[in-house]
Amino acid sequence: MELCELTVHELEEKLNKKEINLKDIVKSYEQRIREKEPEVQAFVSINEDAQKQVEQGKTGIPIGIKDNICTKGIKTTCSSKMLENFVSPYDATVMEKLQNHVILGKLNMDEFAMGASTEYSAFKKTHNPWNLSKVPGGSSGGSAAAVSADMVPWALGSDTGGSIRQPSSFCGVVGLKPTYGLVSRYGLVAFASSLDQIGPITKDVTDCAILLNKIAGYDEKDSTSIKIQPKDYTKNLQKGVKELKIGIPKEYFGEGINNEVREAILQVAKKYEQMGAIIEECNVATTNYALATYYIIACAEASSNLGRFDGIRYGYRAEHCNNIKELYRNSRSEGFGQEVKRRIILGTYVLSSGYYDAYYKKAQKVRTQVKQEFKRLFEKYDLLLTPTSPTVAFNIGTKSNNPLEMYLADICTVSINIAGLPAISIPCGLDKDGMPIGFQLIGNSFSEEKLLYTAYAYEKEENFREKYKPQFKNDKT
Amino acid sequence: MSNGDYETIVGLEIHAELSTKTKIFCSCPTEFGGEPNSHCCPVCMAMPGALPVLNEKVIEYAVKAGIAMNCEIAEISKNDRKNYFYPDLPKSYQISQYDMPLCKNGYVEIDTKEGKKKIGITRIHIEEDAGKLNHDEFGKKSFVDLNRAGVPLIEIVSEPDIRGAEEAEAYLKKVKAILEYIEVSDCKMQEGSFRADVNVSVRKKEDNKYGTRTEIKNMNSFRAIVNTISYEAQRQINVIENGGKIEQETLRWDELQGQTISMRDKEDAQDYRYFPEPDLGLIKITKEYVEKIKENLPELPESRKKRYISEYNLPEYDANIITSSKYLSNLFEGALAICKNPKSVSNWIMSDIIGALNEREIEPDKIPFSAKDLGDLIVLIDKGTISTSIAKKVLQKMFETSEKPDEIIKKYGLVQISDEDTIRKLAHKILEANPKSIIDYKSGKDHALGFLIGQAMKETKGKANPRLLDQIFKEELNK
Amino acid sequence: MNVSKEEVIHMANLASLNLTENEIEKYTKDMEEIIAFANTIKNVNTENINESIIANETYNVFRKDEVKEFEDKEALLKNASKNENGMFHIPKVI
Repeated sequence: MELCELTVHELEEKLNKKEINLKDIVKSYEQRIREKEPEVQAFVSINEDAQKQVEQGKTGIPIGIKDNICTKGIKTTCSSKMLENFVSPYDATVMEKLQNHVILGKLNMDEFAMGASTEYSAFKKTHNPWNLSKVPGGSSGGSAAAVSADMVPWALGSDTGGSIRQPSSFCGVVGLKPTYGLVSRYGLVAFASSLDQIGPITKDVTDCAILLNKIAGYDEKDSTSIKIQPKDYTKNLQKGVKELKIGIPKEYFGEGINNEVREAILQVAKKYEQMGAIIEECNVATTNYALATYYIIACAEASSNLGRFDGIRYGYRAEHCNNIKELYRNSRSEGFGQEVKRRIILGTYVLSSGYYDAYYKKAQKVRTQVKQEFKRLFEKYDLLLTPTSPTVAFNIGTKSNNPLEMYLADICTVSINIAGLPAISIPCGLDKDGMPIGFQLIGNSFSEEKLLYTAYAYEKEENFREKYKPQFKNDKT
Repeated sequence: MSNGDYETIVGLEIHAELSTKTKIFCSCPTEFGGEPNSHCCPVCMAMPGALPVLNEKVIEYAVKAGIAMNCEIAEISKNDRKNYFYPDLPKSYQISQYDMPLCKNGYVEIDTKEGKKKIGITRIHIEEDAGKLNHDEFGKKSFVDLNRAGVPLIEIVSEPDIRGAEEAEAYLKKVKAILEYIEVSDCKMQEGSFRADVNVSVRKKEDNKYGTRTEIKNMNSFRAIVNTISYEAQRQINVIENGGKIEQETLRWDELQGQTISMRDKEDAQDYRYFPEPDLGLIKITKEYVEKIKENLPELPESRKKRYISEYNLPEYDANIITSSKYLSNLFEGALAICKNPKSVSNWIMSDIIGALNEREIEPDKIPFSAKDLGDLIVLIDKGTISTSIAKKVLQKMFETSEKPDEIIKKYGLVQISDEDTIRKLAHKILEANPKSIIDYKSGKDHALGFLIGQAMKETKGKANPRLLDQIFKEELNK
Repeated sequence: MNVSKEEVIHMANLASLNLTENEIEKYTKDMEEIIAFANTIKNVNTENINESIIANETYNVFRKDEVKEFEDKEALLKNASKNENGMFHIPKVI
């Protein structure tokens, strides 16, 4: 077995036993990237100095970073022509926390994290390692695909409406969206400030806990980050699920959810029951309104957040502008892709006078209801179990021209961001075409520890990683 | 109808930069000037991913201002984004406050010809200042300097209670004085740290509905504001008298032409799309916090004024002028502490010092000597060391060189001649040279005495003690 | 409810975007669909419900008024395609 196929905790064990050194690990990944990147296309930029940086003293297990997290000295493009040459003058707080780790590269994504397939990257389409004609999901598609294809040991993604969990589910890896405020957003290029969170995408649950340990924590540079006692998320992984009350919200299993996906998730529920958990059906009535609420709030914030890309201080600047208005309009029109512009227009619309009350304000009221509903549910249940995505990975090109259909791919994940809750996606099997299916566990605020040990219990029992490997299937050949 | 049938209604939105050490949302210094873009960081330069964190002093200063202007302080307050594109606004939104300002429903009192008047304050909110654009005079470029971007401001919005330019000026001066007294803003108008947007409308006196208003933005001199209001009111009256209608629009004051000019940028109606700033938490102000600030609030101009009138018997007019500026008022109190002669200190400030300020076109904060120096100068007069006319010269020197009064007197030999023998010898000399004046005096022409004293002063370059001169000349002439 | 082309053009203006004729067509159509979908929230009864103001109710997150200069000033200017004398240059604004 190649080193690059191991999990981080396995690599660390070997390092501790001095069986290998860090350079061996880096070499193995570099080799793997050379082999697989041409067909997967997960990277926006690859660090050519990785080995040198190990020689210079980096000691952490290398990592891949979604390209919307600012890295000093390495380009941060958000997969947008707008930031094609942008080098951040500072490191994101999570990068400061990971400064000991070699960055293997910056990973592809939907432009400014807007999308669910990574097809909206201005640079390249990333392919799903399980079947190269399929999308890896999005927006953290590059991160999920790279972890799945063993091109990075682990990666950081960001999740605004499902952007960590859905690609993790499409690519058969573990992805955690932490509670809003647990991980600093400082240095994460904002899509929707009240929804964005950075989180780990890893090969297994243990790695997820290790990475969460590294990135979580209060940051005085992020006013929305929360002061809570630091925790070791690896400590109670073996706790088990006995007596744990898991709710199964009916709304997540209705129309629009693929049959195979539904069946797979119900199997997961059965498994938990066998392990001693108490499974009970429940309702999340606000689910039906969550998607509309999400798109109104996310686009409203995005329309404002993306105002700073004006061609003046950084980023794409159109040639030959006669006046300042032209400078703005030409730079932004040429620098942003179609989906970004669509969302800016939508966001501008819902904030504009005459529509603010009907859309933005109304959506914020529904948001309160969503929060209240989850709050009530977590008085009764420890966790909720749902599919991560209504379908498995779809074919490249099938949804990219239909925005609304693409938005529907987020149906299972957006409520969690609206309520600011943590949720994790765990692979639980393959469909008949060999594509991974993921399930989602949703917890109360700051219940990451519970999410992780519950996920761990399942992972131990089912051993997805040992059973299945991405096949790099190529339908065309 | 005549102008007298109309009244001018003025609303003012004052922007005052707070004198915190750092910017409102980042730790960059607020210092004025400096190399372009040298007081900047990823936050105030709106780099992707950078986030704001609110400066606690900004809240303290804004609450202080609110209390000093009799406002209610909000228990819960929030920040909002105001979205528009302009090159001095790097995020393309300004973090301001929309519907939950820190302070509201206050007032300040001004003096008008008809007596005291309360001008209502709708609200005071916090926001960030924009950067600066520099222009290439002959070329086709402008340059963006973001040193000022993110400097904290409070915006003080008045009710439409102000009538005419005079009241507007009184109100502005009062607000400025209050901010200076409580030391939350240095209100340097030339540096733009105290400026105002002016709303003007007119209506016939019997009307109870306001007329359509026009707005003149970003004015930073009292004189220009007064001129603008007078001009704009007259313009509006003329339009109405000629059967026209006032258009609601933003105007610009053209100093050279002395008129308001339409900005005419109506291509697209502005829509700021305010919404709550998701990057910042809410602001909660407790009663205890407000009480603590109240307790530590320095004495305000209105209270000082009353005290000057009752304790020191200053005329109301003088007390008003002196307390209108923290610097003048502090000068008064400081000098008084030394010389214990309120009438004299007040007279010096009202005549020579204000005269010198006007002549030099400088603000009271730029007075180059201390209150102690002024006190010392008055002590020198009261002790008879120098005459009042010499003192005037000394004061001029103090303005020029900032030297201490006793140094100036020594350096230029200005000590008063009060020795009786010397003065008598001098009188003899002058009388011998002017026999005609003696005859005139004896024949009852009193002006002859004045002439003789004048000659003696000329001889001594003003240093002779005038009281002594008068006494000795009279003695000699009456012999 | 319909979204008009004029509205799409107005939104683009507010957002400083140029749209081609084709884009106006396409976005108007997309917006109609999306807004029709967004209208589902109109059915939610939100009587007596306050709107969420911020994601997690944090209060009084303040910073001390102490100067901390950003060290790498050069890096702040390096990404500008046009800067002169430490300033970003733009077409003349009157």
